[in-house]
Amino acid sequence: MDELRDYYQNWLEDQLKPTVDNFGSRQEEFSTASDIELKALYTPLDTEEIDYLDKLNFPGQQPFTRGVYPTMYRSRLWTMRQYAGFGTARETNKRYRYLLDQGQTGLSVAFDLPTQIGYDSDHDLARGEVGRVGVAVDTLADMETLFDQIPLERVSTSMTINSPAAVLLAMYVAVAEKQGVERKSLAGTVQNDILKEYIARGTYIFPPEPSLKLVTDIFEFCSQELPRWNSISISGYHIREAGSDAVQELAFTLANGIEYVKSALNIGLEVDDFAPRLSFFFNAQMNFFEEIAKFRAARRLWAEIMRDRFQAQKEKSCMLRFHTQTAGAALTAQQPENNIIRVAYQALAAALGGTQSLHTNSFDEALGLPTEKSVKIALRTQQVLAEETGIADVIDPLGGSYLIEKLTEELVARARDYLEKVEELGGMAEAIKAGFVQREIQETAYEMQRDIEEEREIVVGVNKYQEEDREIEDILKVDPELEKSQLRGLEEVRSHRDDRRVAEHLEAIRAAAQQEENLMYPILEAVRDYVSVGEICGVLREEFGEYQAHHF
Amino acid sequence: MSQDNIKVLIAKPGLDGHDRGAKVIARGLKEAGMEVVYTGLRQTPEQIVKAAVQEDVDVIGLSILSGAHGELFPVIMDKLTESGRNDVLVLAGGTIPDDDHQKLKDIGIREIFKPGTSIAKIVDFIRQEMDE
Repeated sequence: MDELRDYYQNWLEDQLKPTVDNFGSRQEEFSTASDIELKALYTPLDTEEIDYLDKLNFPGQQPFTRGVYPTMYRSRLWTMRQYAGFGTARETNKRYRYLLDQGQTGLSVAFDLPTQIGYDSDHDLARGEVGRVGVAVDTLADMETLFDQIPLERVSTSMTINSPAAVLLAMYVAVAEKQGVERKSLAGTVQNDILKEYIARGTYIFPPEPSLKLVTDIFEFCSQELPRWNSISISGYHIREAGSDAVQELAFTLANGIEYVKSALNIGLEVDDFAPRLSFFFNAQMNFFEEIAKFRAARRLWAEIMRDRFQAQKEKSCMLRFHTQTAGAALTAQQPENNIIRVAYQALAAALGGTQSLHTNSFDEALGLPTEKSVKIALRTQQVLAEETGIADVIDPLGGSYLIEKLTEELVARARDYLEKVEELGGMAEAIKAGFVQREIQETAYEMQRDIEEEREIVVGVNKYQEEDREIEDILKVDPELEKSQLRGLEEVRSHRDDRRVAEHLEAIRAAAQQEENLMYPILEAVRDYVSVGEICGVLREEFGEYQAHHF
Repeated sequence: MSQDNIKVLIAKPGLDGHDRGAKVIARGLKEAGMEVVYTGLRQTPEQIVKAAVQEDVDVIGLSILSGAHGELFPVIMDKLTESGRNDVLVLAGGTIPDDDHQKLKDIGIREIFKPGTSIAKIVDFIRQEMDE
């Protein structure tokens, strides 16, 4: 290494420097999107401190830096899972069956905002929102329609639902019962990640304490009833969309993960009973190498945290399995076709980072809901990547790259600094209450905007290579008639229920909330009798109160 | 009107929680010397108009990404008129499809800024309108 060091110095002084002096450099300094300074060249000198077995090891072995499974994509490609949902359950069911016919391998349910915030479609605040950004689900009847003719034992289903996660998960289980599918064969995920709602995504209902209790009720239910179900998807995606950089995304996501583990231990769960079913969700942004390093760093950090801090014994408890979505915030309204290319690079980063599943955004999503055509292009982008490029044929193909290994180290180190700060504040729930996390993200978001306006960051079509603005007309519109049809459906269901049973169910839920019992069980009983999302959340609102956000 | 005391309400109608843009704009307008009030998430048209009247703002910036603009913006504009404040300059941003823009302009929304719009452009626009 000493000899190499000398050669490197010589190269720097005798070759690099005079050449730069002669031809100049595009920038004074180069850095990643998280402001990690980049040298011109990386060599074995940058990785000599990295102990292979300790810090990288083999795929499927702790700390899983190179991947959670021994074979990775040589056995099975990542799951191609496009987030979709709009209008009524009937429309969305059609889209799902179309996507499955096109070769998609998993479903991902987008619920509309009233459902996500626990209001029925006929609530005042639901005005104009029914079926807009996702499918409207009020009662089990909608869920039955949503999965009509879709065999639940053969697909895996991810549901982006947080505050009312218990209700929608219960409905899924109830639909499976009706289809005659055993619970143990149900595979999928509920997002169930409330902490990031307070800091980034905004669909919270209740204050943190009862919300965390609901989260852990789901952990317990899944560990007892649904062995193939991911009880949470701890999501950095939205933290990044809210404007964080890669280091903050990594650190705050893992800090949320730590908070959930602590909460579960607090209600008496055993770490190895629930930890194997924790899953994660990250963003794939534009800064290619940093993103790949981020995914690798996340795996390593989580394994170390679970092993060292929480004394997890099972290997699976230490595995960070994750879904990735390409960055919505990187999509431009200007020259939207360019987004196809952005999404392709981001998808490549996710695959090289070893993701378990992937959603690729449609190019028109800065303008509105994607059309069937744009969604198909997005799915085909993944298929071309998986089937034609050969990148899935070798495990962690960038492992050993001097740059990637050095960046992985750097991200681990910087995320650890943040994790320490969060600990000093008393953990993530406290850090959120104090506004620390929100402020950090807002600060970065603002700096990023300044960087673009002052052209330190280039966005093609936005601040360089601009063209005259064109109007884009081919955008999916949700027919306003769908809202009316949803309201009629809800009325119909309500008129055929046994009102006395409904009232009894709601009182049982209230009692369980008061006595801090696991709410999953009474909620499951209730949804079977078509008690609605809004009715259940209404009772919980009365018991738990509502979260009031502060602006920092 | 003097350029120094332009007062802006940045408001989030609808149920979506995307407020990165709203917050970035709020801060940018502040740094450009305007006085800015941010409503927070999930504001009803009634709450927004009430805040605008109470705070006596010159400008309202509506940020929405939920797709409910077609439903909610007309209500906001009606309520502004009812409150005798249709002099307020109303702007919008977020995920608003191009072919909805004209309809929104027809009800009095002066400009719809697409994703990717610079803060500088919005500041210039507001100043110009306030001058007139």
